[in-house]
Amino acid sequence: MDFKKQKPIYQQIADTLCERIVAGEWKGEERIPSVRDIAIQLGVNPNTVMRTFEYLQGAEIIYNKRGVGYFVASDASEKILKLHRKEFLEEELPVFLQKMKMLGLSLDDIAKMN
Amino acid sequence: MIEIKNFSFAYGKTQVFENINLQMKSGAVYGLLGENGVGKTTLLKNICGLLRPTSGICTVDEHVSFERKPEFLQSIFILPDELPLPDSATPERFFNELAVFYPNQSEEMFRHLASELKIEPSRKFKEMSFGQQKKSLLACALALNTEYLLLDEPTNGLDIPSKADFRRILSERIGENQTIIISTHQVKDVENLIDPIIIISNNNVLLNASVEKITDKLYFEYGGQQRPDALYSEMMPGGYLNVLVNNGMGESQINIEGLFNAVLRNQSTIKTLF
Repeated sequence: MDFKKQKPIYQQIADTLCERIVAGEWKGEERIPSVRDIAIQLGVNPNTVMRTFEYLQGAEIIYNKRGVGYFVASDASEKILKLHRKEFLEEELPVFLQKMKMLGLSLDDIAKMN
Repeated sequence: MIEIKNFSFAYGKTQVFENINLQMKSGAVYGLLGENGVGKTTLLKNICGLLRPTSGICTVDEHVSFERKPEFLQSIFILPDELPLPDSATPERFFNELAVFYPNQSEEMFRHLASELKIEPSRKFKEMSFGQQKKSLLACALALNTEYLLLDEPTNGLDIPSKADFRRILSERIGENQTIIISTHQVKDVENLIDPIIIISNNNVLLNASVEKITDKLYFEYGGQQRPDALYSEMMPGGYLNVLVNNGMGESQINIEGLFNAVLRNQSTIKTLF
């Protein structure tokens, strides 16, 4: 089914943090601002940012040094790419394929465009 | 923790609440929502001891609110939507006069908030616009640094930049031990700030749940077709907003106005879901 998605806020925040990592604003093994600082910057509830951090930690993009803070993993950019690929394949591609079908386009039609 | 048990309240013969039960845990920013005249302000006044329940009880950390013990009163502050202010009063005088009653207050914080909100602490209230008065009072209320802070329509009258300032200073103040209750109709102003969300009607707490739980149970679909099985749908640019029961559809972004309407129209479904 083609559900129109709008990601939950904590994931939207995760996306912007990932962009900042990919853009090189925060490098591997570098400490990122605290949950609190990010919450204040964005004017959102710190609990939401906490969920973002848990999510990014689960994806091994950042890691926690107890009592010190959160750090960017050395291979964060690769992990982000992996996450984006998964997201594309599982969420965007099915919608894309369905739309192709609806418009009567085949993969050959797409290949011809390149 | 705030605990409201078997709570009823009436103004004379006008019954406002009947047998309400509600718990609020410490350290959260609660959004208190309800239709006009449903009694949000009345509930806040009962929590802080300004009104006495007709029956039942309101307790805040084991203190019965209406007993109004000093240890209790110094731990809670309510900022009403409108407050009559003496002509000669200034924000700093107002703050200093209140400050003696609140042991955790901080003048430094008051100055900091005043500058963040761009208000002059020595200017007379009567020379200020409604929005400036509101911001001055917010700075005072926050700087009293009470464990419980009740804000009734805090963004009412604030201009656009001030709303962002308000969100920022409030998120800055969300500490582990401060509990804030925001009663409001301007849900867009506080959409990403309030969590959990409480929706009340006259004789019922329709919802008291964290945003995580809400998006676990309900799915908010943006810009699709109108769905017959939606709890609530509303036209928006590019399609419909549908509020659906979440049957493994994953997580979505909450839309509080949509949530509010869905809850109001499907009270029994919501009750079984949550």
